[in-house]
Amino acid sequence: MKSGSNLERLLEKGEFVVTGELGPPKGPDADVVKKKAHMLKDNVDAVNITDNQTAIVRMSSIAACKILIDEGLEPNMQMVARDRNRIAMMSDIFGASALGIKNMLCLSGDHQTFGNHPKAKNVFDIDSIQMIYMVKTMRDENKVISGDEIEGHLKMFIGAACNPFADPFRYRVYRLAKKVQAGADFIQTQCIYDMKRFKEFMKQVVDMGLHEKCKILAGVTPLKSVGMARYMALNVSGIVIPEEMIDRLRGAGKGKAASEGIKILCEQMQELQEIEGVAGIHLMAIEWEDRVHEIMDTAGFLPRPKV
Amino acid sequence: MIVGERKPFSEILSMVEDYSKILVIGCGSCVTVCMAGGEEEVKILASQLRLAFRKNKRDVKVEEAMALRQCDDEYLNDPLLLDKVKAADIVISMACGVGVQHATSFFNRRIPDKPIRVVPGLNTTFMGANLDVGIWEERCVGCGDCVLEKTGGICPVTRCAKSLLNGPCGGSSNGKCEINKEIDCAWHLIIERLEALGELDRLKPIEPYKDWRPSHNGGPRKTVREDMRI
Amino acid sequence: MKEFEPKIIAFCCHYCALAAADTAGRTGLQFPPSLRVIRVLCTGKVEVPHLLKAIEAGADGVVVIGCKFGECYFKQGNYRARKKVERAKSLLEETGMEQSRLRYDSVAGPSGKDFAAVISTMTEEVKALGPNPLRS
Repeated sequence: MKSGSNLERLLEKGEFVVTGELGPPKGPDADVVKKKAHMLKDNVDAVNITDNQTAIVRMSSIAACKILIDEGLEPNMQMVARDRNRIAMMSDIFGASALGIKNMLCLSGDHQTFGNHPKAKNVFDIDSIQMIYMVKTMRDENKVISGDEIEGHLKMFIGAACNPFADPFRYRVYRLAKKVQAGADFIQTQCIYDMKRFKEFMKQVVDMGLHEKCKILAGVTPLKSVGMARYMALNVSGIVIPEEMIDRLRGAGKGKAASEGIKILCEQMQELQEIEGVAGIHLMAIEWEDRVHEIMDTAGFLPRPKV
Repeated sequence: MIVGERKPFSEILSMVEDYSKILVIGCGSCVTVCMAGGEEEVKILASQLRLAFRKNKRDVKVEEAMALRQCDDEYLNDPLLLDKVKAADIVISMACGVGVQHATSFFNRRIPDKPIRVVPGLNTTFMGANLDVGIWEERCVGCGDCVLEKTGGICPVTRCAKSLLNGPCGGSSNGKCEINKEIDCAWHLIIERLEALGELDRLKPIEPYKDWRPSHNGGPRKTVREDMRI
Repeated sequence: MKEFEPKIIAFCCHYCALAAADTAGRTGLQFPPSLRVIRVLCTGKVEVPHLLKAIEAGADGVVVIGCKFGECYFKQGNYRARKKVERAKSLLEETGMEQSRLRYDSVAGPSGKDFAAVISTMTEEVKALGPNPLRS
């Protein structure tokens, strides 16, 4: 076992996992984290805690992860390359492991110009792929980057992100291969709306046998309204939302778009489960944690398996 | 070449408004090429200062001078230039940051009986290439360990907003960088170039962690060619 | 009080503008005596420092007169001149002086009327602004 986490054990067993996501508050209020945690508990297998997402200052991922552990949930700590150099990263990873964190995702991070502190200097000492390799080396060779021995042993289940919809499309599967080669144990994709393109991508993934070495979780986000759909299509890179989906939301009638969005999501989740190579779902219902139970129930994914 | 932009006039004016003998020195190299601090820009700034001072009824002398470069003693060590410097109570250097500092150091060494004030007329920005009339773009951040051979001649340290060595990130869209649609995604360009060269396999191995010591991160740098010194 | 006679400097291109000025003169159109015409081969030769220096020297207004766009003998000279005048205007404004003391205008071939109109517009504009504050 690389970490013995709930997520790892479920995937080992071949269960179709579902991970959730939680954005920490823009301040020190632990109760906000606890409230959201309670909504997600027993509805998903593990919960991503974002790391200053969109470069907006929030409670640190590592701290929010610990709060989650204390509430009886399993966190997936996210760490971006933007704000920490390799020294701070390795240090925080030791700390995270000491606090009981067993899963982490290695990400590039949104550039600071997107956030509320665009004047800040960024770091980008190492990139996400080097970070994956770093954590793998720390775990499997018991060494830090310099080659010095680690005191004790690091257990960590390593995750990474993948955007099959970014450009250049033809290169995306090779980048995924590189992340797997670097040591990624699991991958979460950017949210999927274009099923056709995703299936094309998964075919390439399966052809290369990547799904055997690394567990791929398909990312989904429920659309709450036509406005949200349009906003995402315009502002989030790589998201393409088919017109049929937008028509369905519009056609649902006043005040009913959100429910239709949930219906669409449940259909997506069913469809994704059928695709070869998909080992689970990553459900990103940011600021909609209170509907996660309803979504999971409607889609027929409850109760969550125990292992 | 080094690229810079002239500081806003109001900022320059506020640096010199308490003085009455101003000397503007331009530089004939990089900043002439990027139209920020050459002879024409010296004339313009000097005219503007005279107009602004006279409008406020102040009797101020604004002199103009040029040096081929301000980053080498030889080009500053001109008797006519030095006379003008001695006669001034403040100097505006239109050179890049290197020139401003070197001129300050040189003038103060060469004219020991009076402290010489030199202020910058430009904001020095980057090392870049001239793409078209009036357009310059950053190309090199001076990392000290050039990787251009591996990336088809396109620098990921400089041209990727995140300096990824194993790019692209998930924000690459239509060949453009997520932070600004006017900027090309460096990794998109690298992939295209390596494909054209038939060398896409160069990107297969994971590029290891960069050693940032030779870059500015390792501290202010110095190069000494002992073989050139007697 | 003596009426304010604006000192206007007109940079005129050798081709259209000067021909127009000539025609205007020959057909007896009146101009303020303080109009100074400076011939340039093409308005593209006029540089931003020239324009600022003219104001420094005490001109109340400076107009750069070239061929109509598309008819410049040197193809793009007048486009360059217009751009430079725009630049000089904003530089002038930075110093606290009125940017409308500088102007770019186009005239057709040998149209005396065009030329007279340009000078008259400039004169009116400058009269409204008053004399160059640098002239004491």
